[in-house]
Amino acid sequence: MARIVGIDLGTTNSLVAYMDKGTPRVIAGRHERAMVPSVVALTDNGLIVGDPAKEHLTRNPERTVYSVKRFMGKDLADVQNELAYFPYTLTEKGGVIRIKLGEKTYSPPQISAMILKELKLRAEAFLGESITKAVITVPAYFNDSQRQATKDAGMIAGLEVLRIINEPTAASLAYGLQEKTQGTIAVYDLGGGTFDISILKLKNGIFEVLATNGDTHLGGDDIDRIIADLFLGEIQKQFGLDLNAHPDHMQGIRLEAERAKIRLSDELKTTVNLELPDGKGLFTRELTREQLESLCNALVERTLGPCRLALNDAGLTAADIDEVVLVGGSTRMPLVRQRVQDLFGTQPHCELNPDEVVALGAAVQADILSGGTTDMLLLDVTPLSLGIETMGGVMSSLIRRNTTIPASAKEMFTTYVDGQTGVDIHILQGERELAKDNRSLARFRLKVPPLPAGVPRIEVTFLIDANGILNVMAKDMRTGETQSIEVKPSYGLSDQEVERMIEDSFKFAADDVGARKLIEARLDAGALIITTEKSLTDGGQLISADEVTAIRQVLSVLAAAKDGNDPRTIRARMADLEQAAKSLTVAMLNDSLKRGLQGKKVSEVT
Amino acid sequence: MDGHTHQHTSDRRELQMARSMCWHCQSEVSGEYFCDRCVKVQPVSKELDYFTCFGIPRRLALDQQQLETKFYELSRAFHPDFYQNKSDAEQTISLGNSAMLNTAYRTLRDPIQRAEYLLDLEAGSVKEIRTTPPADLFEEILELQDTLDEFRASDRTSDAAAALRSQLQSERTALEGRQRDMETQLQQLFGRWDALQDRGEATDQARTERDRILKDMRDILSNRTYVKNIVNDLVATIA
Repeated sequence: MARIVGIDLGTTNSLVAYMDKGTPRVIAGRHERAMVPSVVALTDNGLIVGDPAKEHLTRNPERTVYSVKRFMGKDLADVQNELAYFPYTLTEKGGVIRIKLGEKTYSPPQISAMILKELKLRAEAFLGESITKAVITVPAYFNDSQRQATKDAGMIAGLEVLRIINEPTAASLAYGLQEKTQGTIAVYDLGGGTFDISILKLKNGIFEVLATNGDTHLGGDDIDRIIADLFLGEIQKQFGLDLNAHPDHMQGIRLEAERAKIRLSDELKTTVNLELPDGKGLFTRELTREQLESLCNALVERTLGPCRLALNDAGLTAADIDEVVLVGGSTRMPLVRQRVQDLFGTQPHCELNPDEVVALGAAVQADILSGGTTDMLLLDVTPLSLGIETMGGVMSSLIRRNTTIPASAKEMFTTYVDGQTGVDIHILQGERELAKDNRSLARFRLKVPPLPAGVPRIEVTFLIDANGILNVMAKDMRTGETQSIEVKPSYGLSDQEVERMIEDSFKFAADDVGARKLIEARLDAGALIITTEKSLTDGGQLISADEVTAIRQVLSVLAAAKDGNDPRTIRARMADLEQAAKSLTVAMLNDSLKRGLQGKKVSEVT
Repeated sequence: MDGHTHQHTSDRRELQMARSMCWHCQSEVSGEYFCDRCVKVQPVSKELDYFTCFGIPRRLALDQQQLETKFYELSRAFHPDFYQNKSDAEQTISLGNSAMLNTAYRTLRDPIQRAEYLLDLEAGSVKEIRTTPPADLFEEILELQDTLDEFRASDRTSDAAAALRSQLQSERTALEGRQRDMETQLQQLFGRWDALQDRGEATDQARTERDRILKDMRDILSNRTYVKNIVNDLVATIA
């Protein structure tokens, strides 16, 4: 089976990991950096992703998209109150947010797909093989629309998403693999934009999630925003300057706020320097850890409510938790660690890098799916109740939150009027009493044969699969016929739209032929280097020492060219290497032919 | 929404697992969940009740540890994670079996749900949903509803509201006590049920005893649910 990689598609940073002989490892890019900033920028040379795109946040803020994860599976109304914080322009088409980049608009799954593609290329270059399958992580508290949007992003990026898994549970797999822990653990995951808490029971390789809770709009981003707002107010007061009119400086402040926050995890105070526009000079300020903590105390407090709810749903108290695991960059803040420790009464674990642990866990799950790891099994839950709208606009719950998935529920439907040919079904997700307060997932019309009222009996099965994604099937109990149901998602892309975006993504590649050629050349060069090195190891003794040295010489020239920016040079050096290694190839071919002939009769050869 | 009725499956489930042909190699399936001949996973029969599925007797007292161990064992046998490289047919079966297994475990794990399920199996009954208060609580509950209405209409900061709140608090304590009493009664009934089953007598007297236990169990279960909903409503109102 083809290799499956594990991907952490984060709000601020994304990573790709793979399983290396039983140990999950993240794949680093150039400069040994494993994290790819989840940023996409439109430049004069086309779309760019990751570290180079991040540099455009301040240079080119209107055309640089960050934190796109906040918009996955949402419509514009959902995010109305935070639109002002983003320098890029959001519009809406058919219930799906569109992000404007130059002349074109892109859906959040398309932007996420660009990040996924970058990770895919990175993995391909590193592993020297084509990657088409992946496990992608999402916040545990993501609803059906958000999960579906993530799956769509994978498809657009040319990846078959074999499984969507929850970030805290992925982290628990990485920890479990390392520590062989048994008992009840709490995973506290405070990332860039989302917060999750999951309570798990670990026993003999089974990771059973007992309860999960969270907030998909609470993370490090929000802390940065609070700090930035403080600076903005002070700059307004001191210099009479409204930086809202300067999107580039707004981004500069946001990034400086983030850096100051990070420094204050190790230091007790730090100095912030910001160059102001319009020749207003420099804004300088000292920020202490104490000040930071009083600023974000309420925000950290907001994470504790979901923790208590999860404990309650699991039928446990804080004292029942044996171990607490911290995940997500924001858990480096001493205040967060202290609050978590106070709540659970135990010192939290943070042995594994909180930025990498989710991707590592995704790689473990990928290995389970490919049949590599067989002693571990994750039994996850659905985070939100699933139901349908009944008379009076009330939600009738079919599958309760924290039910182990896969989970299914059956419901019988009939008609009220003679000859009625359809029954409208509105599927909802959420915990509120009234349908309108919950998330609308889909509406569909059940086809019913025209019969007297009450005679038709249609059994509808609602099935939440292991990805936490809903599937609906209907069966006419009178005829036994099954009906496939086309569920039009209330928010999100239809299958046709995803198809078109996959096509578009190839066009986008064509628009960007230059970059593409370079990437491919590097990829091919990497593969050639690996195979040549293997040949030298396996067959080096078949040729003279001088020949080996000569090949190594050409190989190192290619390795240097590979880091350059010219695809033609790389191709030329590849040709050189192929030429230089010809004697080795021929020698190896002869050798294997010779050994193949041994022990065979002449008649068999001719 | 029109045309939507709540209906719970009430068909009697058979004790014995229906033996059938393997969907794949057409030989008779003799293994528990896998065909002995071709080792393909078999769909768990809809006729199979949850107790049989877990290989435990139809009793109301059960060993939680044993239940969990069996749940983990069957999860390892059915979970879609282990069918990724298998055919579409096997993946579909794995998904269906896992969903069924999860429902079975959730039902058996909880003593109240377990009893409701057993009632359904034994008496083929649709779960009774009470809409009026049980007779012995009639007056008390009507009075409570009035107090709740009064509290909802009151100015929460007033002294009157404070008085109502403390009145509701003591009502709550009383109802929760009532709920615990019912649970104690249920425990006794559960014990009687299990003892009767263990004796395995086929006399008229045993049959009468069986019907009485089931009837009492059903009454107390529906009263308990009613009281529990009232308490939940009360707690939400004064929160």
